[in-house]
Amino acid sequence: MTSATANGWTRDGIAKRLAQDIPNGSYVNLGIGIPELVASHVPEGRTFIYHTENGLLGMGPSPAASESDPELINAGKRRVTMMPGAAFFDQATSFAMIRGGHLDLSVLGALQVAANGDLANWSTGADDAIPAVGGAMDLVAGVKRVFVMTTHVTKEGEPKLVQHCTYPLTGRGVVTRIYSDLAVIDVTERGFALVELAPGIAFDFVQERTGAPIITNHARK
Amino acid sequence: MIDKRVGSAREAVADIFDGATVMIGGFGEAGSPIELIHALIDQGAKGLTVVSNNTGTGLVGLAALLRAERVSKVICSFPKTAGSTVFPDLYRAGKIELELVPQGTLAERIRAGGAGIVAFYTPTAVGTPLAEGKESRVFNNREHVLEYGIRADFTLIKGCKADTHGNVLYHRTARNFAPMMATAATVTIVQAAEVVEAGALDPEAIVTPGIFVDRVVHVPSPALESALNEAGASYP
Repeated sequence: MTSATANGWTRDGIAKRLAQDIPNGSYVNLGIGIPELVASHVPEGRTFIYHTENGLLGMGPSPAASESDPELINAGKRRVTMMPGAAFFDQATSFAMIRGGHLDLSVLGALQVAANGDLANWSTGADDAIPAVGGAMDLVAGVKRVFVMTTHVTKEGEPKLVQHCTYPLTGRGVVTRIYSDLAVIDVTERGFALVELAPGIAFDFVQERTGAPIITNHARK
Repeated sequence: MIDKRVGSAREAVADIFDGATVMIGGFGEAGSPIELIHALIDQGAKGLTVVSNNTGTGLVGLAALLRAERVSKVICSFPKTAGSTVFPDLYRAGKIELELVPQGTLAERIRAGGAGIVAFYTPTAVGTPLAEGKESRVFNNREHVLEYGIRADFTLIKGCKADTHGNVLYHRTARNFAPMMATAATVTIVQAAEVVEAGALDPEAIVTPGIFVDRVVHVPSPALESALNEAGASYP
């Protein structure tokens, strides 16, 4: 499998790169959509325990048809399985895990991320949109580390990493790190900071597609 | 002798009145008490405020209750699930009010309502449109918004097993909001696929203790939203 192309990382390539940064034994909530790919790229020798906010810790992959249960689903309402050691619980307990800071990591998609860590990922604010938020605002407010996994630009080529979000916020100053198809970028007190470029990608190529300056000399902890 | 069983879903929902606030369990179809919702449609109460995480799919269950125009307001975290057309149409036509609440705040507001806690502070939604107009206060150098507990007149939920005292167990992720909703209503109505005598359930395993439950209806083979939708069903 090739995860690097001339255009940077594929979606699976982003997931594989991100998964490398998750320590063994982490309790992780994967957002709906592109973040779900992380579960397919767990590094050899590591186990992550997946939390789904509708009430399951120890979520497993999609079921075989014979094991499919319409009342064993994930937050995207897709049917899933449970791993050995799984636990079911109600919504208050589930969000105590989130809001009480017990989860290690939340991986979310994004419409926009600002240089100060603001995240917009639930609404474009369009007049005819049906507003729907789910657990995203709770996740960003409560989970210790929030990774964003996203394409670097929109389908129209507009930067998703911006100076200030123009879409309605999900949370203020909440994003820890961004994994895009072009680069890994930290959110620091000095703004965006380059961690790593995707294979074959030049820094200038990334900066041109980013709506705020990216610093390259940030001392990483 | 305590026996909270009632003979039918129709009987269980008979006193739900116009303008009542009704909590309805379920996350998507998991835990949705379809037979109780259909009985409520038959019963005819209108002007309801519904508290539920979603707004149903297809033309059955919660979506059918909305389509019958019995609901004037929903308090909800995610009203636009795939396959959900009834709510978006009503909302765009201005026929239904939406109070959008983050999912964890919704769970906690219901929990608080049931636990006698009138309000609480949370950092969730600070800096977002959902915090606009809400009181806020700084604790530990972080801004929090004030959120109010929710109580209801009725709660409708689905268990997998219940006993005659109203103790309830749930099936997998069908549990979701039901345990909190059971505590937060004046009258809590449970439909359960299996109903047993008090003493038959392991007290260590009870999820919702019977003190929170008023009525138990035996619905042996509950319908599932996805199966009804695949069959092209609509209710009534």
